[in-house]
Amino acid sequence: MSHLLQLDSVGVDLGGRPVLTDISLHLGSGEAIAIVGPNGSGKTTLLRLLATLLRPSQGSGTVLGADLRGVVERSVRISVGMITHAPALLDELTVWENLVHFCRISNRPEAVIPRALSAVGLENVADLRVDRCSFGMKRRAEIAWLLIAKPKLLLLDEARSGLDIEARSLVDSLARLTRERSGGVVAVSHDAGDLSLDFVAVHRLANGRMERVS
Amino acid sequence: MSLWQQSKEVMRVDLMVEQRIGDTFRIVLPFAVVALMIFSLAIPAGVGDIGDVGTAVFWGVAILYGMQVALRTSMSETEQRKNIAMLLGLDPAARFLGRSMAAALLLTGFMAVLFVAMVLLFSPDLPVGWACPIALAILLAAAGLAMLATLAGEVASGLRNRSALASLLIAPLAIPMVVGASQVLESMTGNNGILIWILLLITTDLTLLVAGVGLSRPLEEASR
Repeated sequence: MSHLLQLDSVGVDLGGRPVLTDISLHLGSGEAIAIVGPNGSGKTTLLRLLATLLRPSQGSGTVLGADLRGVVERSVRISVGMITHAPALLDELTVWENLVHFCRISNRPEAVIPRALSAVGLENVADLRVDRCSFGMKRRAEIAWLLIAKPKLLLLDEARSGLDIEARSLVDSLARLTRERSGGVVAVSHDAGDLSLDFVAVHRLANGRMERVS
Repeated sequence: MSLWQQSKEVMRVDLMVEQRIGDTFRIVLPFAVVALMIFSLAIPAGVGDIGDVGTAVFWGVAILYGMQVALRTSMSETEQRKNIAMLLGLDPAARFLGRSMAAALLLTGFMAVLFVAMVLLFSPDLPVGWACPIALAILLAAAGLAMLATLAGEVASGLRNRSALASLLIAPLAIPMVVGASQVLESMTGNNGILIWILLLITTDLTLLVAGVGLSRPLEEASR
Protein backbone atom coordinates (compact mmCIF):
# COMPACT_ATOMS: atom_id res chain seq x y z
CA MET A 1 0.00 0.00 0.00
CA SER A 2 1.56 3.31 -1.05
CA HIS A 3 1.76 6.32 1.24
CA LEU A 4 -0.33 9.34 0.34
CA LEU A 5 1.21 11.38 3.10
CA GLN A 6 3.99 10.95 5.59
CA LEU A 7 5.03 13.35 8.36
CA ASP A 8 8.16 12.73 10.45
CA SER A 9 8.56 14.79 13.64
CA VAL A 10 7.07 17.84 11.99
CA GLY A 11 6.72 21.13 13.81
CA VAL A 12 5.02 24.32 12.67
CA ASP A 13 5.69 27.75 14.16
CA LEU A 14 3.36 30.62 13.36
CA GLY A 15 4.44 34.13 14.32
CA GLY A 16 7.33 32.68 16.32
CA ARG A 17 4.97 30.53 18.40
CA PRO A 18 5.02 26.73 18.11
CA VAL A 19 1.55 25.57 17.01
CA LEU A 20 2.43 21.98 16.15
CA THR A 21 5.24 19.99 17.76
CA ASP A 22 6.78 16.64 16.83
CA ILE A 23 3.90 15.40 14.67
CA SER A 24 4.36 12.04 12.95
CA LEU A 25 1.62 10.69 10.73
CA HIS A 26 1.13 8.49 7.73
CA LEU A 27 -1.81 7.72 5.49
CA GLY A 28 -1.99 4.96 2.91
CA SER A 29 -4.19 4.78 -0.14
CA GLY A 30 -7.75 3.80 0.64
CA GLU A 31 -7.36 4.79 4.29
CA ALA A 32 -9.01 7.37 6.50
CA ILE A 33 -7.68 8.81 9.74
CA ALA A 34 -9.39 10.99 12.32
CA ILE A 35 -7.84 13.69 14.46
CA VAL A 36 -9.81 15.00 17.40
CA GLY A 37 -8.88 17.82 19.69
CA PRO A 38 -10.25 20.89 21.43
CA ASN A 39 -10.47 24.32 19.84
CA GLY A 40 -7.04 25.88 19.40
CA SER A 41 -5.20 22.57 19.55
CA GLY A 42 -3.74 23.02 16.04
CA LYS A 43 -6.13 20.88 13.97
CA THR A 44 -6.73 23.45 11.25
CA THR A 45 -3.01 24.27 11.09
CA LEU A 46 -2.29 20.56 10.62
CA LEU A 47 -4.79 20.36 7.76
CA ARG A 48 -3.30 23.45 6.13
CA LEU A 49 0.11 21.79 6.37
CA LEU A 50 -1.27 18.62 4.74
CA ALA A 51 -2.87 20.76 2.02
CA THR A 52 0.65 22.12 1.25
CA LEU A 53 -0.50 25.62 2.22
CA LEU A 54 2.04 25.77 5.05
CA ARG A 55 5.69 24.77 5.24
CA PRO A 56 6.99 22.82 8.24
CA SER A 57 9.33 24.68 10.56
CA GLN A 58 10.91 21.44 11.78
CA GLY A 59 10.97 17.86 10.58
CA SER A 60 10.11 16.58 7.14
CA GLY A 61 7.12 15.32 5.27
CA THR A 62 5.64 14.45 1.92
CA VAL A 63 2.13 14.83 0.53
CA LEU A 64 1.30 12.92 -2.66
CA GLY A 65 5.03 12.59 -3.21
CA ALA A 66 5.80 16.31 -2.85
CA ASP A 67 8.33 17.43 -0.24
CA LEU A 68 6.55 19.89 2.06
CA ARG A 69 9.77 21.81 2.64
CA GLY A 70 10.23 22.62 -1.03
CA VAL A 71 8.24 24.26 -3.78
CA VAL A 72 5.04 22.27 -4.31
CA GLU A 73 3.93 21.83 -7.90
CA ARG A 74 0.39 22.80 -8.91
CA SER A 75 -0.23 19.27 -10.17
CA VAL A 76 0.03 18.10 -6.54
CA ARG A 77 -2.18 20.84 -5.15
CA ILE A 78 -5.05 20.15 -7.52
CA SER A 79 -5.12 16.58 -6.20
CA VAL A 80 -5.89 17.83 -2.71
CA GLY A 81 -9.49 18.62 -1.79
CA MET A 82 -10.37 20.45 1.39
CA ILE A 83 -13.56 21.36 3.19
CA THR A 84 -12.85 24.01 5.79
CA HIS A 85 -15.11 24.95 8.70
CA ALA A 86 -16.31 28.02 6.76
CA PRO A 87 -17.29 27.40 3.12
CA ALA A 88 -14.82 28.96 0.67
CA LEU A 89 -16.89 30.15 -2.27
CA LEU A 90 -17.15 33.49 -4.05
CA ASP A 91 -20.16 35.13 -2.40
CA GLU A 92 -21.01 37.43 -5.30
CA LEU A 93 -21.33 34.56 -7.80
CA THR A 94 -24.08 31.99 -8.08
CA VAL A 95 -23.54 28.35 -7.17
CA TRP A 96 -23.35 27.51 -10.87
CA GLU A 97 -20.87 30.32 -11.62
CA ASN A 98 -18.64 29.22 -8.76
CA LEU A 99 -18.45 25.70 -10.13
CA VAL A 100 -17.82 26.94 -13.68
CA HIS A 101 -15.01 29.17 -12.35
CA PHE A 102 -13.45 26.29 -10.41
CA CYS A 103 -13.69 23.98 -13.43
CA ARG A 104 -12.09 26.52 -15.76
CA ILE A 105 -9.22 27.37 -13.41
CA SER A 106 -8.41 23.73 -12.68
CA ASN A 107 -9.04 22.56 -16.25
CA ARG A 108 -11.88 20.20 -15.43
CA PRO A 109 -14.91 19.57 -17.66
CA GLU A 110 -17.91 21.85 -17.13
CA ALA A 111 -20.26 19.27 -18.62
CA VAL A 112 -20.35 17.31 -15.34
CA ILE A 113 -21.60 20.27 -13.26
CA PRO A 114 -25.35 19.49 -13.67
CA ARG A 115 -24.82 15.91 -12.52
CA ALA A 116 -22.76 17.03 -9.51
CA LEU A 117 -25.40 19.60 -8.51
CA SER A 118 -28.10 16.97 -8.86
CA ALA A 119 -26.12 14.55 -6.68
CA VAL A 120 -26.08 17.07 -3.82
CA GLY A 121 -29.66 18.26 -4.35
CA LEU A 122 -28.81 21.77 -5.56
CA GLU A 123 -30.06 21.49 -9.15
CA ASN A 124 -32.95 23.87 -8.46
CA VAL A 125 -30.89 26.59 -6.76
CA ALA A 126 -27.91 26.65 -9.14
CA ASP A 127 -28.73 30.26 -10.09
CA LEU A 128 -28.85 31.48 -6.49
CA ARG A 129 -26.06 33.79 -5.39
CA VAL A 130 -23.86 32.19 -2.72
CA ASP A 131 -24.36 35.09 -0.30
CA ARG A 132 -28.08 34.23 -0.32
CA CYS A 133 -27.50 30.53 0.31
CA SER A 134 -27.79 28.86 3.69
CA PHE A 135 -24.72 27.32 5.32
CA GLY A 136 -25.94 23.85 4.35
CA MET A 137 -26.39 24.86 0.71
CA LYS A 138 -22.89 26.30 0.59
CA ARG A 139 -21.52 23.09 2.05
CA ARG A 140 -23.41 21.06 -0.55
CA ALA A 141 -21.94 23.28 -3.29
CA GLU A 142 -18.45 22.52 -1.97
CA ILE A 143 -19.26 18.82 -1.99
CA ALA A 144 -20.50 19.14 -5.59
CA TRP A 145 -17.16 20.69 -6.50
CA LEU A 146 -15.22 17.89 -4.82
CA LEU A 147 -17.34 15.30 -6.65
CA ILE A 148 -16.14 16.94 -9.86
CA ALA A 149 -12.54 17.40 -8.69
CA LYS A 150 -12.11 13.80 -7.45
CA PRO A 151 -9.19 14.59 -5.10
CA LYS A 152 -6.66 11.93 -4.14
CA LEU A 153 -6.37 13.41 -0.68
CA LEU A 154 -9.51 14.71 1.01
CA LEU A 155 -9.12 16.94 4.07
CA LEU A 156 -12.23 17.52 6.18
CA ASP A 157 -12.14 20.28 8.79
CA GLU A 158 -15.29 20.02 10.93
CA ALA A 159 -17.00 19.19 7.63
CA ARG A 160 -20.11 17.61 9.22
CA SER A 161 -20.67 20.34 11.80
CA GLY A 162 -23.91 22.27 11.47
CA LEU A 163 -25.33 20.01 8.76
CA ASP A 164 -28.56 18.04 8.65
CA ILE A 165 -28.53 14.25 8.43
CA GLU A 166 -28.85 14.23 4.63
CA ALA A 167 -25.96 16.64 4.13
CA ARG A 168 -23.84 14.69 6.61
CA SER A 169 -24.41 11.58 4.57
CA LEU A 170 -23.17 13.48 1.50
CA VAL A 171 -19.90 14.25 3.31
CA ASP A 172 -19.61 10.58 4.25
CA SER A 173 -20.34 9.51 0.66
CA LEU A 174 -17.67 11.88 -0.63
CA ALA A 175 -15.16 10.38 1.79
CA ARG A 176 -16.16 6.84 0.82
CA LEU A 177 -15.85 7.60 -2.90
CA THR A 178 -12.40 9.10 -2.31
CA ARG A 179 -11.24 5.95 -0.53
CA GLU A 180 -12.74 3.69 -3.20
CA ARG A 181 -10.63 5.54 -5.77
CA SER A 182 -7.53 4.62 -3.69
CA GLY A 183 -7.41 8.09 -2.21
CA GLY A 184 -7.14 8.99 1.45
CA VAL A 185 -9.14 11.01 3.94
CA VAL A 186 -8.04 13.03 6.97
CA ALA A 187 -10.93 14.29 9.08
CA VAL A 188 -10.54 16.62 12.05
CA SER A 189 -13.12 17.64 14.60
CA HIS A 190 -13.37 18.90 18.15
CA ASP A 191 -16.14 16.35 18.69
CA ALA A 192 -15.28 12.66 18.33
CA GLY A 193 -18.98 11.89 17.95
CA ASP A 194 -19.05 14.00 14.82
CA LEU A 195 -16.81 11.55 12.95
CA SER A 196 -18.62 8.57 11.44
CA LEU A 197 -16.20 7.03 8.97
CA ASP A 198 -14.38 3.73 9.28
CA PHE A 199 -11.03 5.10 10.41
CA VAL A 200 -7.82 3.08 10.48
CA ALA A 201 -6.51 5.33 13.23
CA VAL A 202 -7.80 8.00 15.56
CA HIS A 203 -5.35 10.58 16.94
CA ARG A 204 -5.84 13.11 19.67
CA LEU A 205 -4.29 16.55 19.25
CA ALA A 206 -3.78 18.73 22.30
CA ASN A 207 -1.57 21.79 22.67
CA GLY A 208 0.04 21.08 19.32
CA ARG A 209 1.09 17.52 20.23
CA MET A 210 -0.51 14.39 18.88
CA GLU A 211 -1.00 10.91 20.29
CA ARG A 212 -2.67 7.88 18.74
CA VAL A 213 -5.68 6.74 20.73
CA SER A 214 -6.91 3.83 18.58
CA MET B 1 -5.32 25.58 -18.80
CA SER B 2 -2.68 27.97 -20.06
CA LEU B 3 -1.43 31.01 -18.18
CA TRP B 4 -3.31 33.28 -20.57
CA GLN B 5 -6.59 31.34 -20.23
CA GLN B 6 -6.33 31.36 -16.44
CA SER B 7 -5.61 35.11 -16.53
CA LYS B 8 -8.68 35.74 -18.67
CA GLU B 9 -10.83 33.66 -16.30
CA VAL B 10 -9.58 35.61 -13.26
CA MET B 11 -10.31 38.88 -15.09
CA ARG B 12 -13.78 37.69 -16.12
CA VAL B 13 -14.74 36.79 -12.56
CA ASP B 14 -13.22 39.98 -11.12
CA LEU B 15 -15.27 42.10 -13.53
CA MET B 16 -18.40 40.06 -12.85
CA VAL B 17 -18.01 40.62 -9.11
CA GLU B 18 -17.39 44.33 -9.70
CA GLN B 19 -20.49 44.57 -11.88
CA ARG B 20 -22.57 43.16 -9.02
CA ILE B 21 -21.13 45.14 -6.11
CA GLY B 22 -20.42 48.32 -8.09
CA ASP B 23 -17.57 49.65 -5.91
CA THR B 24 -15.86 51.57 -8.70
CA PHE B 25 -18.64 53.43 -10.44
CA ARG B 26 -21.26 53.68 -7.70
CA ILE B 27 -19.03 54.46 -4.73
CA VAL B 28 -15.46 55.54 -5.56
CA LEU B 29 -16.24 57.57 -8.70
CA PRO B 30 -18.88 59.87 -7.11
CA PHE B 31 -16.49 60.59 -4.24
CA ALA B 32 -13.68 61.37 -6.70
CA VAL B 33 -15.95 63.78 -8.62
CA VAL B 34 -16.87 65.46 -5.32
CA ALA B 35 -13.16 65.80 -4.56
CA LEU B 36 -12.67 67.55 -7.92
CA MET B 37 -15.57 69.89 -7.10
CA ILE B 38 -14.08 70.72 -3.71
CA PHE B 39 -10.76 71.58 -5.35
CA SER B 40 -12.47 73.77 -7.94
CA LEU B 41 -14.36 75.65 -5.20
CA ALA B 42 -11.40 75.89 -2.83
CA ILE B 43 -8.99 77.58 -5.22
CA PRO B 44 -8.83 81.30 -4.27
CA ALA B 45 -10.13 83.83 -6.81
CA GLY B 46 -6.74 85.58 -6.96
CA VAL B 47 -4.99 82.53 -8.35
CA GLY B 48 -6.15 83.33 -11.87
CA ASP B 49 -7.61 80.87 -14.34
CA ILE B 50 -8.53 77.63 -12.49
CA GLY B 51 -8.36 75.83 -15.81
CA ASP B 52 -4.56 76.00 -15.51
CA VAL B 53 -4.57 73.66 -12.52
CA GLY B 54 -7.36 71.38 -13.72
CA THR B 55 -5.22 68.64 -15.24
CA ALA B 56 -2.84 68.60 -12.26
CA VAL B 57 -5.78 68.21 -9.87
CA PHE B 58 -7.23 65.53 -12.16
CA TRP B 59 -4.11 63.37 -12.03
CA GLY B 60 -3.77 63.78 -8.27
CA VAL B 61 -7.38 62.77 -7.63
CA ALA B 62 -7.25 60.01 -10.28
CA ILE B 63 -4.19 58.35 -8.72
CA LEU B 64 -5.37 58.68 -5.11
CA TYR B 65 -8.90 57.41 -5.73
CA GLY B 66 -7.69 55.01 -8.40
CA MET B 67 -5.64 53.25 -5.70
CA GLN B 68 -8.90 52.34 -3.97
CA VAL B 69 -10.26 50.88 -7.20
CA ALA B 70 -7.11 48.92 -7.96
CA LEU B 71 -6.71 47.60 -4.42
CA ARG B 72 -10.30 46.54 -3.90
CA THR B 73 -9.88 42.86 -4.86
CA SER B 74 -6.65 42.32 -2.93
CA MET B 75 -8.01 43.99 0.19
CA SER B 76 -11.24 41.96 0.23
CA GLU B 77 -9.56 38.61 -0.34
CA THR B 78 -9.87 36.22 2.56
CA GLU B 79 -7.30 33.62 3.56
CA GLN B 80 -9.74 30.87 2.60
CA ARG B 81 -10.24 32.19 -0.92
CA LYS B 82 -6.49 32.41 -1.37
CA ASN B 83 -6.11 28.83 -0.15
CA ILE B 84 -8.80 27.59 -2.51
CA ALA B 85 -7.14 29.39 -5.42
CA MET B 86 -3.91 27.56 -4.62
CA LEU B 87 -5.70 24.21 -4.41
CA LEU B 88 -7.41 24.88 -7.74
CA GLY B 89 -3.96 25.12 -9.27
CA LEU B 90 -4.27 28.80 -10.12
CA ASP B 91 -0.90 30.05 -11.34
CA PRO B 92 0.04 33.07 -9.19
CA ALA B 93 1.27 34.82 -12.33
CA ALA B 94 -2.18 34.32 -13.87
CA ARG B 95 -3.77 35.76 -10.77
CA PHE B 96 -1.50 38.82 -11.02
CA LEU B 97 -2.22 39.26 -14.73
CA GLY B 98 -5.96 38.64 -14.45
CA ARG B 99 -6.44 41.01 -11.55
CA SER B 100 -4.27 43.65 -13.18
CA MET B 101 -6.22 43.45 -16.45
CA ALA B 102 -9.55 43.75 -14.64
CA ALA B 103 -8.31 46.68 -12.56
CA ALA B 104 -6.79 48.36 -15.65
CA LEU B 105 -10.13 48.19 -17.50
CA LEU B 106 -12.01 49.62 -14.52
CA LEU B 107 -9.41 52.34 -13.98
CA THR B 108 -9.50 53.34 -17.64
CA GLY B 109 -13.27 53.87 -17.44
CA PHE B 110 -12.94 55.56 -14.06
CA MET B 111 -10.28 58.00 -15.27
CA ALA B 112 -12.13 58.72 -18.52
CA VAL B 113 -15.29 59.76 -16.65
CA LEU B 114 -13.22 61.71 -14.13
CA PHE B 115 -11.46 63.57 -16.98
CA VAL B 116 -14.79 64.62 -18.46
CA ALA B 117 -15.88 65.83 -15.00
CA MET B 118 -12.63 67.81 -14.70
CA VAL B 119 -13.21 69.46 -18.11
CA LEU B 120 -16.74 70.45 -17.04
CA LEU B 121 -15.63 71.77 -13.64
CA PHE B 122 -12.34 73.48 -14.54
CA SER B 123 -12.87 74.37 -18.24
CA PRO B 124 -9.15 74.00 -19.10
CA ASP B 125 -7.77 75.26 -22.44
CA LEU B 126 -7.07 71.94 -24.11
CA PRO B 127 -4.60 72.01 -27.01
CA VAL B 128 -5.62 70.95 -30.49
CA GLY B 129 -5.57 67.15 -30.93
CA TRP B 130 -5.57 66.41 -27.20
CA ALA B 131 -7.97 63.46 -27.29
CA CYS B 132 -5.69 60.66 -28.56
CA PRO B 133 -2.61 61.54 -26.45
CA ILE B 134 -4.69 61.93 -23.26
CA ALA B 135 -6.50 58.65 -23.99
CA LEU B 136 -3.13 56.93 -24.39
CA ALA B 137 -1.82 58.53 -21.18
CA ILE B 138 -4.92 57.40 -19.27
CA LEU B 139 -4.63 53.86 -20.65
CA LEU B 140 -0.94 53.55 -19.75
CA ALA B 141 -1.36 55.15 -16.32
CA ALA B 142 -4.35 52.88 -15.59
CA ALA B 143 -2.38 49.76 -16.57
CA GLY B 144 0.59 50.83 -14.46
CA LEU B 145 -1.48 51.71 -11.42
CA ALA B 146 -3.42 48.43 -11.73
CA MET B 147 -0.23 46.34 -11.80
CA LEU B 148 1.39 48.36 -9.00
CA ALA B 149 -1.67 47.98 -6.76
CA THR B 150 -2.01 44.26 -7.49
CA LEU B 151 1.66 43.72 -6.68
CA ALA B 152 1.41 45.83 -3.50
CA GLY B 153 -1.69 43.86 -2.51
CA GLU B 154 0.25 40.60 -2.86
CA VAL B 155 3.21 41.95 -0.86
CA ALA B 156 0.92 43.17 1.94
CA SER B 157 -1.26 40.04 1.83
CA GLY B 158 -1.95 38.46 5.20
CA LEU B 159 -0.82 41.48 7.21
CA ARG B 160 -3.19 43.09 9.67
CA ASN B 161 -2.55 46.62 8.36
CA ARG B 162 -2.40 45.56 4.73
CA SER B 163 -4.71 48.30 3.48
CA ALA B 164 -2.56 51.10 4.89
CA LEU B 165 0.69 49.35 3.98
CA ALA B 166 -0.37 48.72 0.38
CA SER B 167 -1.33 52.39 -0.06
CA LEU B 168 2.02 53.46 1.40
CA LEU B 169 3.82 51.17 -1.05
CA ILE B 170 1.88 52.49 -4.03
CA ALA B 171 2.11 56.23 -3.40
CA PRO B 172 5.88 56.71 -3.92
CA LEU B 173 6.13 54.10 -6.67
CA ALA B 174 3.34 55.81 -8.62
CA ILE B 175 5.43 58.99 -9.05
CA PRO B 176 6.78 58.03 -12.52
CA MET B 177 3.21 57.44 -13.68
CA VAL B 178 1.93 60.74 -12.30
CA VAL B 179 4.85 62.65 -13.84
CA GLY B 180 4.60 60.89 -17.20
CA ALA B 181 0.82 61.14 -17.50
CA SER B 182 0.54 64.76 -16.34
CA GLN B 183 3.37 65.92 -18.58
CA VAL B 184 1.68 64.59 -21.74
CA LEU B 185 -0.91 67.38 -21.78
CA GLU B 186 1.52 69.92 -20.36
CA SER B 187 4.00 69.27 -23.18
CA MET B 188 1.26 69.52 -25.80
CA THR B 189 0.21 72.90 -24.40
CA GLY B 190 3.81 74.12 -24.63
CA ASN B 191 4.26 72.62 -28.12
CA ASN B 192 6.91 70.22 -26.80
CA GLY B 193 7.22 66.56 -27.74
CA ILE B 194 5.28 64.01 -25.72
CA LEU B 195 7.23 60.94 -26.82
CA ILE B 196 9.59 60.97 -23.84
CA TRP B 197 6.64 60.97 -21.41
CA ILE B 198 4.85 58.19 -23.27
CA LEU B 199 8.10 56.19 -23.21
CA LEU B 200 8.38 56.80 -19.44
CA LEU B 201 4.87 55.39 -18.98
CA ILE B 202 5.58 52.38 -21.21
CA THR B 203 8.88 51.67 -19.42
CA THR B 204 7.17 51.87 -16.02
CA ASP B 205 4.40 49.51 -17.19
CA LEU B 206 6.85 46.98 -18.62
CA THR B 207 8.95 47.07 -15.45
CA LEU B 208 5.84 46.42 -13.33
CA LEU B 209 4.72 43.63 -15.66
CA VAL B 210 8.06 41.83 -15.40
CA ALA B 211 8.26 42.40 -11.62
CA GLY B 212 4.67 41.28 -11.05
CA VAL B 213 4.94 38.08 -13.08
CA GLY B 214 8.43 37.30 -11.80
CA LEU B 215 7.63 37.87 -8.12
CA SER B 216 4.22 36.19 -8.05
CA ARG B 217 5.49 32.65 -7.46
CA PRO B 218 8.13 33.61 -4.81
CA LEU B 219 5.51 35.75 -3.02
CA GLU B 220 3.08 32.82 -2.98
CA GLU B 221 5.74 30.49 -1.62
CA ALA B 222 6.76 33.09 0.99
CA SER B 223 3.18 33.15 2.24
CA ARG B 224 3.40 29.45 3.13
